[in-house]
Amino acid sequence: MTEVEIIRDRGPRNYSRRKFIKGVIAAGATVSASSYLFRGPGVLTAGQARGGVERLMTLTVNGQQRRVDVLPYETLAMTLRYKLGLTGTKLGCDRAECGACTVHIDGVTHYSCSMLTHQVRGREIRTIEGLESPDGELHPVQQAVMDEGGFQCAFCAPGFIMSMAAFVEDNPGASRAQCAQALSGNLCRCGDYNKILDSAERAVELMDQRA
Amino acid sequence: MAEKAIGRDIAPPDLRAKITGRAKYAEDFRAEGMLFAKLLLSPMPHCRVRRIDPSAALAMEGVVDILTADDPMMPEITGVAAEAALTNEPLYEGEPVLAVAAVDETTAADAIEAIRVDFEPLPFVVDPLDSLRPGGPNARLDGNIQWREGQTREIREFKWTDDDFDAAGPDRLPMGEPQVEWNVGDVEDGFEDADLVLEETILHQSLSHHPMEPRSCMAYWQNGKLYLHGSTQSTARTHAALANRLGMDQSDVVLVAEYCGGGFGSKISSAPIMDVPAILSRKTGRPVMLRINRYEETYIGRGRPGFQSFAKMGFGNDGRVTAIDLYIVQDAGSYGSSGDFNTAGTVASLCYQPENIRFRAVSVYTNTPPRSAQRAPGGAQIVAMLEPIMDKAARELGMDRLAIRQVNAPGPDGWLGANQGTLSSCFAREALDLGAEVFGWEERTQLSATRRGTKSIGVGIGISPFVGGSRGMDGLLVIRPDGKLYIHQGIGNLGTHSIADTARAACDVLGMDWNDCEVVWGDTSRNLPWSSSQSGSQTTHAHTRANHAAALDAKGKLQEIAAGALGGSPDAYDCADGRVFQAANPGRGMTFAEAARRAIDMGGRYSGHELPDDLNPMTVASANNLAGEGLMGVSRDNYGGDGSIWSWVMGFAQVEVDVETGQIDLTEYTGVTDCGTVLHPRNLAAQIHGGAVQGFGQARSQKWVFDPQWGVAFAKRFYTARPPGILDVPLEMGWAAVGEPDPQTPVGAKGIGEPPIGAGAAAIASAVADALGGQCLCRTPLTTDVVLAALTGTEQPYRPLETHV
Repeated sequence: MTEVEIIRDRGPRNYSRRKFIKGVIAAGATVSASSYLFRGPGVLTAGQARGGVERLMTLTVNGQQRRVDVLPYETLAMTLRYKLGLTGTKLGCDRAECGACTVHIDGVTHYSCSMLTHQVRGREIRTIEGLESPDGELHPVQQAVMDEGGFQCAFCAPGFIMSMAAFVEDNPGASRAQCAQALSGNLCRCGDYNKILDSAERAVELMDQRA
Repeated sequence: MAEKAIGRDIAPPDLRAKITGRAKYAEDFRAEGMLFAKLLLSPMPHCRVRRIDPSAALAMEGVVDILTADDPMMPEITGVAAEAALTNEPLYEGEPVLAVAAVDETTAADAIEAIRVDFEPLPFVVDPLDSLRPGGPNARLDGNIQWREGQTREIREFKWTDDDFDAAGPDRLPMGEPQVEWNVGDVEDGFEDADLVLEETILHQSLSHHPMEPRSCMAYWQNGKLYLHGSTQSTARTHAALANRLGMDQSDVVLVAEYCGGGFGSKISSAPIMDVPAILSRKTGRPVMLRINRYEETYIGRGRPGFQSFAKMGFGNDGRVTAIDLYIVQDAGSYGSSGDFNTAGTVASLCYQPENIRFRAVSVYTNTPPRSAQRAPGGAQIVAMLEPIMDKAARELGMDRLAIRQVNAPGPDGWLGANQGTLSSCFAREALDLGAEVFGWEERTQLSATRRGTKSIGVGIGISPFVGGSRGMDGLLVIRPDGKLYIHQGIGNLGTHSIADTARAACDVLGMDWNDCEVVWGDTSRNLPWSSSQSGSQTTHAHTRANHAAALDAKGKLQEIAAGALGGSPDAYDCADGRVFQAANPGRGMTFAEAARRAIDMGGRYSGHELPDDLNPMTVASANNLAGEGLMGVSRDNYGGDGSIWSWVMGFAQVEVDVETGQIDLTEYTGVTDCGTVLHPRNLAAQIHGGAVQGFGQARSQKWVFDPQWGVAFAKRFYTARPPGILDVPLEMGWAAVGEPDPQTPVGAKGIGEPPIGAGAAAIASAVADALGGQCLCRTPLTTDVVLAALTGTEQPYRPLETHV
């Protein structure tokens, strides 16, 4: 039998994935690594800043100003989940396939797994935690889901609800078919699409009532 | 009197947390000083780890520790084809070899890349038929099948002869010596009696579960106890399995699993990977988070076993099935002992009640990811495979396709399997009738194979039974001095809402308002009873019974307390609206709150200080902790019953197949069930529809692809594995339920998790065949290339038995 030695080194020598990512960032594009990773403060505070210049920045999240230390290659999903404690935003695929990490940036839906936090400086970020009003009143979309008993395991729910909220806020009177189109960037593996669309239709009604 | 909770649409108690982002799944927990772990996965389908050099990784700043299969702290996993969390002999590409813990995840990933591993490639196989050939490769060094005989379980080498292969030719299933065979009657007699005999070679693919939430987990140790946040379908059973794996006492393990982002059979109990953060955190003395990404989830996250098979069916002129001859070669993957193939034979016998049946099978290990139960294991495959043959028979006999199902469907006296077992109840025929009416079968079948532009319309039906219950679990509840009923549930919260829906049985026995009931679940430090595993659709049946039994125990105690205080016979007292009172004089009674205070004072069995002697030790431990907190209702389900418990879904689908592109549009779907009493209508609809959507993916799009030369996987992500999206399913789907209670269980409810998936898959397979003028494609998934080749009469892109393509 042939014996081979495999050395786990995925790229050409002296060109690690992280260096590649740095290059991509320098070019201003979004990163697409095999999976997103979380860099915590542990190594950095030890004085090693391999990711380039880390930046203390202010993010506007759910109407609050949040000061946060963000690395150049950090995705918004990672910042939200691991630095701001906003774990309602879920990671289902790590790479723009499932929509579980959907958030609003200036009122527009984005996959937070595929946005760099540095891209959203100065912009309004809204997450699932920011839909409910401070007095506990649910957003019409959330109320609609309560009314219709939507979702099963609900791991996809925050993403779907964010997509639904952005859509119904901008599209009064939307039809069921239009809602389906708007939600087609989100995946539900429980297959609860029928009830999700019932909820979307109910949300359209509730938005109309509120308007 | 409070409205009964059973039968109503009530939002589950955890829904608000789920839709506001407050629900915490495993990866949402943090602990002070938490490390991150990363896995090193095998790059080959079968190899041996000869040497690991972690020195460069361990020298990196921020790297804390490494865990390999040889680590003395790793638990010893025994049993045939049992799976350890880490291995020195990976049996599939992507199997975890080692893990590194570091101060953050990026550092851990850097460390993984710096570790040098010397792998020695070993022979591998991805197609079971290749392994059955004389001299063919074995997936394991010691063989390719798991032999079972009595109590014996061992890995053996199992080969067919060249003659077996030559006799079959390239495109028919070779049928050498089977590993398993059973007969009812004599199939040869059955085929002799038949007026029509059909024979097909059928391929059913393997496919991933792909729950939305990967099986991430976080663990830490405090005062000698392990605290583990994991993603699991079950709670009590996972707790027991985890403690057992780690060689620990259950009381030293706290499992927190309040939410589970989907499992579908892949997270029934403790995933082997839970060992990694558990042991790494013990080793490092710090909390450890293991985040599993989608690639890793595809490797380690389980899959449904595929079948390469032969089916021959005989029919009388009246459509009655006179004989079924079934031979299944199962792709068993790399670990465990998936019983899908056996269940497939049982389901075939149940669906068609054949006068004669021969079932033969062999389950062959391959160097592909481990298999486990996936929603209706074996059942979903076999109905998707055989229902199109029923259609073909109906056409050839000039019968209506619904009628041929009616002719063969079992009644309450139906039988199943090698031992010709009986059923607790069966309303399959009623479900077919109701489905025909709700779906409009007669009108819609007028559209069969008619054209609308380039679209050919097809109408299909798929019948799908599966196990819907078990017996003998424990119920545990407490009425506290606040007057509320606390129902403790050891079952898991995997999205079926059964933690709440099965608790309704207790609510209704005590005549309570549902708003005064609190469900306690998902954290083993909260005193949970022994429960069924959240699998095989057992829960609805098993735990309406257990909660019913516990509530009757509580009711008896309430009556005794009231009678003792207020006089008369306990039987003269009734319960409603949070009070126990004399039926003849409702003003004379006391509140549950008062009764709970008295129960605490009285002690003994009233407060849970004395317990029935037939409880599981886990229930006893939980009850001991709760003793004195209020009036305890606690009981094992001793209702008993005869026959096995099966539920049904009949799927009805309409498709439009584009004859120019092969594209399938699914335009209509209705699922009709016999699952006994309906606990929660809207949630039942969600199970019927959600399962069907998974079935659509199974029949139409989802698959695995392996490179036959290197044995490595391609379909590792959602976009390549292709589960259905919201635009792939009808805009609105229908449902109905027969609603006849199962007479052998007090609430009458049977489980419903499993049958919907086979109904969806079989109905769409049947509808596509119908749109193609009755052609049986005998292959899943029905991708556009397969459909188009059938439409144009050109050569199929794959050989009939070609798998993982």
